[in-house]
Amino acid sequence: MSFEINGKPFSQEPRAGQCLRTFLRELGHFGVKKGCDAGDCGACTVLIDGEPVHSCLIPAFRAEGRTVTTIEGLGGDHGTHPMQQAFLDAQGFQCGFCTAGMILTCASLNQAQRTDLGTALKGNICRCTGYRAIEDAILGKNNVEESVEPGAAFGRSLPAPAGPDVVRGKARYTFDAAIDGLLHIKLLRSPHAHARIVAIDSSDALSVPGVHAVLTHEDAPSLLISTARHEKDWMDPEDTRILDDVVRFIGQKVAAVVADSEAAAEEACRRLKVDYEILPALIDPENAMAPGAPVLHPDRTPANRIADPQRNLAAETHGEYGDVAAALATSAVTYEATFHSHRVQHAALETHGGLAWLDEAGVLNVRTSTQVPFLTRRALSDIFQLPMDKVRVFCERVGGGFGGKQEMFVEDILALAALRTGRPVKLELTREEQFIATSTRHPMRVHIRAGADADGKLTALQLDVLSNTGAYGNHAGPVMFHSLSESIAVYNCPNKRVDGYAVYTNTVPSGAFRGYGLPQTLIAVEAAIDELAKQLGISPYDMRRLNIVKPGDPMLSPPPSEFHDVLYGSYGLDQCLDLVERAMQADGPQPGLSPEWLIGDGVALTMIDTVPPAGHIADAMIALNRDGGFDLTVGTAEFGNGTSTVHRQIAATTLATTVDRIRLRQSDTAHGGHDTGAYGSAGTFVAGKATHAAAMQLAADLKAAAADAWLCNTESCTLDDEAVVSGVRRMSFVELAKLGRERGQPFASTGNSGGTPRSVGFNVQGFRVAVNKGTGELKILRSVQAADAGIVANPMQCRGQVEGGVAQALGAALYEEMVIDATGRVTNPKFRDYHLPSFADVPHTEVLFAETSDTIGPLGAKSMSESPYNPVAAALGNAIADATGIRFTAPPFKPDRLFPALHDKFG
Amino acid sequence: MDLNTITTVAHPQTRAQLPAWTAGDAWLAGGTWLFSEPQVHLKRLIDLTDLKWPALTITDSHLSVAATCTVAQLDGLACPPDWLAAPLIGQCCRAFLASFKIWKTATVGGNLCMSLPAGPMISLTAALDGVCTIWKAGGGEQTIPVVDFVTGNQRNRLTQGDLIRQIDIPIAALKRRTAFRQISLAPVGRSAALLIGSFDSDGTLALTVTASTVRPIRLSFSKVPDAGTLRDAIAQQITDDLYHTDIHGKPFWRKHMTLRLAEEIRSELLGAPPT
Repeated sequence: MSFEINGKPFSQEPRAGQCLRTFLRELGHFGVKKGCDAGDCGACTVLIDGEPVHSCLIPAFRAEGRTVTTIEGLGGDHGTHPMQQAFLDAQGFQCGFCTAGMILTCASLNQAQRTDLGTALKGNICRCTGYRAIEDAILGKNNVEESVEPGAAFGRSLPAPAGPDVVRGKARYTFDAAIDGLLHIKLLRSPHAHARIVAIDSSDALSVPGVHAVLTHEDAPSLLISTARHEKDWMDPEDTRILDDVVRFIGQKVAAVVADSEAAAEEACRRLKVDYEILPALIDPENAMAPGAPVLHPDRTPANRIADPQRNLAAETHGEYGDVAAALATSAVTYEATFHSHRVQHAALETHGGLAWLDEAGVLNVRTSTQVPFLTRRALSDIFQLPMDKVRVFCERVGGGFGGKQEMFVEDILALAALRTGRPVKLELTREEQFIATSTRHPMRVHIRAGADADGKLTALQLDVLSNTGAYGNHAGPVMFHSLSESIAVYNCPNKRVDGYAVYTNTVPSGAFRGYGLPQTLIAVEAAIDELAKQLGISPYDMRRLNIVKPGDPMLSPPPSEFHDVLYGSYGLDQCLDLVERAMQADGPQPGLSPEWLIGDGVALTMIDTVPPAGHIADAMIALNRDGGFDLTVGTAEFGNGTSTVHRQIAATTLATTVDRIRLRQSDTAHGGHDTGAYGSAGTFVAGKATHAAAMQLAADLKAAAADAWLCNTESCTLDDEAVVSGVRRMSFVELAKLGRERGQPFASTGNSGGTPRSVGFNVQGFRVAVNKGTGELKILRSVQAADAGIVANPMQCRGQVEGGVAQALGAALYEEMVIDATGRVTNPKFRDYHLPSFADVPHTEVLFAETSDTIGPLGAKSMSESPYNPVAAALGNAIADATGIRFTAPPFKPDRLFPALHDKFG
Repeated sequence: MDLNTITTVAHPQTRAQLPAWTAGDAWLAGGTWLFSEPQVHLKRLIDLTDLKWPALTITDSHLSVAATCTVAQLDGLACPPDWLAAPLIGQCCRAFLASFKIWKTATVGGNLCMSLPAGPMISLTAALDGVCTIWKAGGGEQTIPVVDFVTGNQRNRLTQGDLIRQIDIPIAALKRRTAFRQISLAPVGRSAALLIGSFDSDGTLALTVTASTVRPIRLSFSKVPDAGTLRDAIAQQITDDLYHTDIHGKPFWRKHMTLRLAEEIRSELLGAPPT
């Protein structure tokens, strides 16, 4: 067969059932991405004879004799297609994993299609941006500040350094590496929700040609771990084995097959004979603590950091300040209700997976899609009893995370397979595996009781939370504690009580997810504030102003925290409320809807600690180069969070240079140092602080060296435009680099941040919605979010983080829902049955920033990645209640969920 | 995705060259569904491309749509001005959950064979009195109205080795006035109810209900009914067990949307505002 790909002829023969996507990648076109492999997401879009198609659905043989264009070839001889340039100018990407398919699709739209982008782009999912920046690209807008003078990068809208590679399909994600002799891993997964593995017969599987190894629980180290990764291991229970002889959810890995091809590995998986002893399964979390309920981890004890294994309690908390019951009994108004938050998936477009190999020095290398390379290295070192310097974990660019990659789901198997076979190995999860066998947000039942006095002052707040952690307790405790913390600590109230239970069930494990428990409780707390305000005739904004904490107020949630390092490094919640209230009142176009549409407004607020508790560590190193530029080395990972941009801005500003002079190396344990990881929005606040410290030290060293040469006072020296200056004297960084070399002491320094003390950030979301009482349909007429991010390091990027957070949260609030049936099976493990927000679903959100400067964060900045997600569902619930007079307590607020109550009320 | 159990692809050019159907075979038309899910039971694909069926043929009496006609080809059909029903074609194509990129590959016949409640080519061809021609596995042909071809959610009248050859739509049906209504849980989501009304010059009204029901349901009225009659007819002929339930819509809602959209269609065809 002959194919023409990007103008070059190829004569390779595809396999009979091979799709074009994998064929193109095998030929080295790594710009062709896999998001779903099922035609739903568009990440694999290529042009055939100039027309865009999803290459995962096209049989490869059908491309014979036709011309195929991938993102790498779109620019032709000129290198950059106008649409690629447009995406650069607008910065129409975050993680960039969808970008190749998005650009190829956008580049082929005709004028008619451009007038209805919601329809034209329904086959392209972006999980990060919320689509506004993509729309800007199509409209030809430029969102980038073109030239920024030396030393002024911080606070400016500079583009992501990886942008040119992202839009050309050259940025290397996890699987974009060609390795000779690579073996492929496929996993056999449990069909049972709860079963003991009596025996596994591998003989037939091993007879499949090309199979190298079958790994079962008998081959796996018996060490108990948690897939959750935290700086402190004590945060998570020891309840998980790499491969266990008991399976506790449908989809749990039973065995791994290592083979020459995925096809052989799949075939061998089908030929494994597993003898299961079926155990009674626990699916409903409401039954988890009942006497006689099946026990998931009967052999564990509290020594394994499980609160009460016999009652399926992974974690538990209780605490009270004052006397809630007495206060409620005497309150002027009270509110009580139960809210249910459902199970949703991160749906990062790059699935989990990686490659592993042993190098000549005997070091185990793991290239993986992770937010936490350093913590994963530590876990692998523990599990396989390897010295830390014999394990290297790294990532280049990661295709989205959202908390889902603060876990170790694949690296352990990769390591086991590489160590066992001595060969390079690859494991790439399918989209279905993402749904059934990684992690989800914690489903929660939240019961709230709240009271206020006649003036609107809160008298009592009580939360009772039942969190479903699934089969394993990764993040069970920390998520539960977090859900019960800032959600009520943001309000002054003399009587507060919390009860929290995180229970095991025989379902896919829950884990870290953007917001980390807060969205699930906020929907209850913020509803209660509104309902109390309504009873008292107070506006929702004034009710909040009356009760929110202000600098100096203690931020309290029972039981008392053992961590006392949260300070008001800055405070912008009052501004955020004002900004949203004003924007919601501003004149806008009348929606022109029929009287069937009920219109209402809603607001919700959130506070978030800028760093997770108990330590979050980052090291940074910076060195002056011969050319007067700098090498900056950080551990934190880039997965669309934009921290690569911000780190360069911090360093360039501190060192009076421009960002193009800062070469960033990142997220590789081989670089040395430590970094807890890119979670809890720590990429700027913690890791950025380390970068700032390193750059400050280097600036001081440079000034000292110049002062030494000039025999002047260091205090008289300043940095200016890539030089040290004192009066009329000027020594360029190039000269200083030369000086350092001549002294035998090149200029380099390190910085460290311990993640303490911590500050607080704030977000307020406002919505105006219209609900059709005849259909249950919902339109968002206005969306405003105000964010208190301190000094905003990069307004363009920060706006993008807020918009993306709103979009992802709208997905959970309006559409997304993982359905688990009575047997524990996920019934909708594919995007076409799990509706991610597409272009047509996401309204424009007006993003406003409070003007604050944080005394703790780097250059006054605060974190702003996960918190924009948090108030969205709560604000939407409040808006729907305002519009309809009905309090809906269980998202997603889909038409078929809203309709019955609307029908009852309005007929 | 790769279908790793496939070992061969047959490329017949005539009906006589169609290989004897054996377990593990699948017809390959566009492949947009086939390649979207694991198919580990399959060993051979029989590619229909080289049969080179003309996508669209217009005769004096019929529009003949080959099973391998792509959605994009159908959407691009230039219809004569007296085909008052022509807008339905674009409306049904746009009712696909999949985007225009898939339309280039997905086929009309494939959509019928999938027999999903929300299959918009089923809605279209059922509403336009389409009749399927089926090449029987053992030889010979069979014709079945589309409305009878689909028998349930992902169920139809095909047996092993049967192949849809074409769907014939009477020109008369294309000349009727029609009204189209569709709703889903998201602005561009999968159809949860898709109703088409078709008004003949002799005064008869046909209402085709799809997506909300497990199979297409045809309601016929000798004249445009009043609102109550329409409602009663739906209640009588679409029993609760016929409403489809899945992640794309709960049956209670689908039922009420069916009633609502039917009334909107009735009003539109009467030229009056909905009551």
